[in-house]
Amino acid sequence: MVQKSWWKILSFVLLVYTIVAGFLLEVPRLFILNETIRNLYFHVCMWFAMMILFGVSFFYSIKYLRGFHYRNDVFASSFAAVGSLFGVLGYLTGVLWVSVTWVTDQGQSLASVLKEPKLIGAAIALLIYGAYFVLRGSFTDIDKRARISAVYNIFAFAMLFPSIWIIPRLVGSLHPGAPGSDSGNPALDRNDMDAGMRMVFYPAVIGWTLIGIWIATLKIRVALLKDKILMHV
Amino acid sequence: MFKFWQKAMALMVGLATSLPLFAQEKAAMADLMRSNGKIYIVVAVCLTILIGLFLYVTSIDRKISRLEKENKNQS
Repeated sequence: MVQKSWWKILSFVLLVYTIVAGFLLEVPRLFILNETIRNLYFHVCMWFAMMILFGVSFFYSIKYLRGFHYRNDVFASSFAAVGSLFGVLGYLTGVLWVSVTWVTDQGQSLASVLKEPKLIGAAIALLIYGAYFVLRGSFTDIDKRARISAVYNIFAFAMLFPSIWIIPRLVGSLHPGAPGSDSGNPALDRNDMDAGMRMVFYPAVIGWTLIGIWIATLKIRVALLKDKILMHV
Repeated sequence: MFKFWQKAMALMVGLATSLPLFAQEKAAMADLMRSNGKIYIVVAVCLTILIGLFLYVTSIDRKISRLEKENKNQS
């Protein structure tokens, strides 16, 4: 059992490490961010995990279209579902972070925060994935559902890049990584993050991704079981 | 000689008055929380939530494993 589920234990160990080291280790003293810089271990990791889970979903959608095995469609939809969950969590944690760093400390008005391209882009990306599930739900034919939603999933993954990575960096944004915010690449800039933070950040990304994968595998196993039972009835 | 002491005094007074300014330029952090140990309570709360979450996911995992086994035996 341990041999098969070592990565589940690894996920737990890494997340315990994330919380202990994330709260207790030294972080750079920066204005505006202050102690909230520790959100990096949680908020940014949600988006990293989401990208990886959506990437896995994309991979299985292509795999489905190559052989039309029903299993791959179940894999794709489950990974997309957990990826969306992480996206929503990333969005909500981002909203909380914004409320202190942009609104309180930088004195930005609500109007400028609502016009924020990173927020709009992330919302568009999540809504596109929301439409993926609406699309899936609207079919009664399993094969048709699998085929069309696989094609749509490829489109959704392709839309992630312009909406959350490219456009917010082309136009001005309050979020780190935009021109004018002088902070370079979000979460990966050496002005914001020192070596000590990286020691926590990368394990945190792996830990959050692994628990996402674990939940996705549970969803997959339940879906496959359900189908198996339906076929026997 | 007098000039030297005058300069030295001016320098010392200048340093002494500018020290609080240096202190103000440091970004505020939750140092109090760290010094009185309340940060450990935060860590403990978060760990409790994390452990609870993992126990729950593990129990679901086991239940599904049992169902899979039952299903295999039936068919």
